[in-house]
Amino acid sequence: MSELTLVEAINDAFHVELGRDPNVMVMGEDVGRAGGVFRATAGLRDKFGAERCVDTPLAEAGILGTAVGLCMTGWRPVCEMQYDAFSYPCLDQLITHVGRYRWRTRGGMEFPLVVRMPYGGGVRAPELHDDSPEAYYVHTPGVKVAIPSTPADAKGLLAAAIRDPDPVVVLEPKLHYRTMRGEVPAGEHVVPLGEARVAREGDDVTVVAYGAMVPVAEAAAEALAGDATVEVLDIRTLKPLDEDKLLASVGKTGRAVIVQEAPRVAGFGAELAAILAEKAILELHAPVIRVTGYDVPYPYWQIEDAYMPSVERVAAAVRKTLEF
Amino acid sequence: MAGVLPAEGDLYRVIGDGETVPDGEVEGLDERDLLELYRWMVLLRTYDERSLVFHRQGRIGTYAIFWNHEAMQAGSVYALERDDWIFPSYRESAIGLLRGMRAATILSWWRGHPAGWWNPLDYNVASICVPIGTHVPHAAGLAWGKKLRGEAACAIAYFGDGATSEGSFHEGANFAAVMRAPLVLFCNNNQWAISTPLSAQTAAEALADKAAGYGMPGVRVDGGDVLAVYEVTRDAVGRARAGEGPTFIEAVSYRTAPHATADDPRAYIDLERVEEEKQRECLGRYDAYLRRVGVLNDELAESTRAEAAEALRAGIAAAEAEPPADIGLVFEHAYASPPPSLESELAELREVLGE
Repeated sequence: MSELTLVEAINDAFHVELGRDPNVMVMGEDVGRAGGVFRATAGLRDKFGAERCVDTPLAEAGILGTAVGLCMTGWRPVCEMQYDAFSYPCLDQLITHVGRYRWRTRGGMEFPLVVRMPYGGGVRAPELHDDSPEAYYVHTPGVKVAIPSTPADAKGLLAAAIRDPDPVVVLEPKLHYRTMRGEVPAGEHVVPLGEARVAREGDDVTVVAYGAMVPVAEAAAEALAGDATVEVLDIRTLKPLDEDKLLASVGKTGRAVIVQEAPRVAGFGAELAAILAEKAILELHAPVIRVTGYDVPYPYWQIEDAYMPSVERVAAAVRKTLEF
Repeated sequence: MAGVLPAEGDLYRVIGDGETVPDGEVEGLDERDLLELYRWMVLLRTYDERSLVFHRQGRIGTYAIFWNHEAMQAGSVYALERDDWIFPSYRESAIGLLRGMRAATILSWWRGHPAGWWNPLDYNVASICVPIGTHVPHAAGLAWGKKLRGEAACAIAYFGDGATSEGSFHEGANFAAVMRAPLVLFCNNNQWAISTPLSAQTAAEALADKAAGYGMPGVRVDGGDVLAVYEVTRDAVGRARAGEGPTFIEAVSYRTAPHATADDPRAYIDLERVEEEKQRECLGRYDAYLRRVGVLNDELAESTRAEAAEALRAGIAAAEAEPPADIGLVFEHAYASPPPSLESELAELREVLGE
């Protein structure tokens, strides 16, 4: 166990997984010589060679498309998309092929690739360095999606994604790459896909969040500590979703606030709210409330804080459900 | 036989016209090879012609016709080894026949039955790619992956002239070139993308010129000349195996049939040109060549056609004998380890359907 930043934990996962399995390779823009623009892949090229940590041409659809072919020869490619919003060209391959190819072969071939990328705002960056694109990915059949919120989970979920037989997209909260430190188990560390985590226990209301919104939810819970006990549920894996823990927590508290950084319309929060409506309606004491980004392009960074779900907005939503 | 059109004057050819243009020959091909190529072309032609009939009889669904494309498919596959991988588009739907795939499998694909999905590992033939050009990066990746493993196998990706406008083609070609991947990019330039002519697709004089931009050789070949196609593909495969990277082959042909059974080209195509091209279609040209060199006679031609017809009779019978697919297959195979929700959804569906 050692204390690492979130991006150091990701780098640690890579060193462990590439050392463990000679079929794992890393590919993407600037991942080799530079070690990634955030240094997530630092040291891999020197340690494992340029053929297993590959600087690719600047072509996101080409990266994911060639990864499909690499899988056909037994490789387990981990593709870095340099930023959330730069990943959109790869949606072509993801939707038309990555999520379908195993099905096309009636299970005859597997495509155990990983697409990982830094996501989310709050980093005072130029346009299109701030998106939360998880809904596009989670809506794609055949593809799993994980979003860690802590350094330990960043390592463990990436390791699980690399070992998973299916394609997995991992979105990493770039805001916390270097601002969050935490204890991370040394050596092999796997957090299984499909298991949510109770980040904070409480009895009065459940705040459901993932990724960069988990610390916001925790801070809101702390701010309300004198008035109510707030449970924070970190979803961790959007697909497969841990419905049992979601229903158990909301069954216990009877109230739910869902926080997502992405725009509200048809976001993953809507899916969570729909599940609660279908399966927990009689246990709810108040309507489910969503706290989300807005249905607008992610704003200029001088006013981006107004867009991001804040501690104040989450706390206000919690009070609203408690007062219903 | 119609004369060669001016824009096609620089195409590589082996087969002559039986009059003024003499026949060449391909070193290394003996009589057995020549007849095997003939058998392949007849099999593909029979498959295609019967499929059109099966469609009209309502026995298969929408079908993408490849009449007059047989020389490109047979000639290029003949230049491959069994370990080499084939990445077909829907225009090459039946190319697996050349790797021993049953006609029933491919007919099932066009019947929308799950039995039509084969395991690519059984034939080294990837799944049929429907979205244009998006399989080019797959072929580049597979070729690159083989190279990384130190294996000798290469890959070939088939696509049309329209595909060269797609970003996927560009990204796949560029990746292959940068990685010096053992890949053959086989462009079947039949000069039409549904109703869009080549002139509306590109301002390039020749599609093969695009190769220079990727730092790879580009060759132009008569796509109706099976021996020429074989020879240029063999050269490209040789380069690939020698570690010299990918080659772009532009095989020039002409789409004499509708794009697919749902298309009526009379609205946009020059019917006189179509008739002219039909007169010099690829199987007829090869048939005449083989007779000129004394390898083929009526009896052998007839028995080859009969053998292919029988394969298609058996194929459609087997495809139609497939039992209806269980609805459980709707939920299977998308994931190796599926989300638990799929299981409960299937159970709910079976209950609603009273199963």
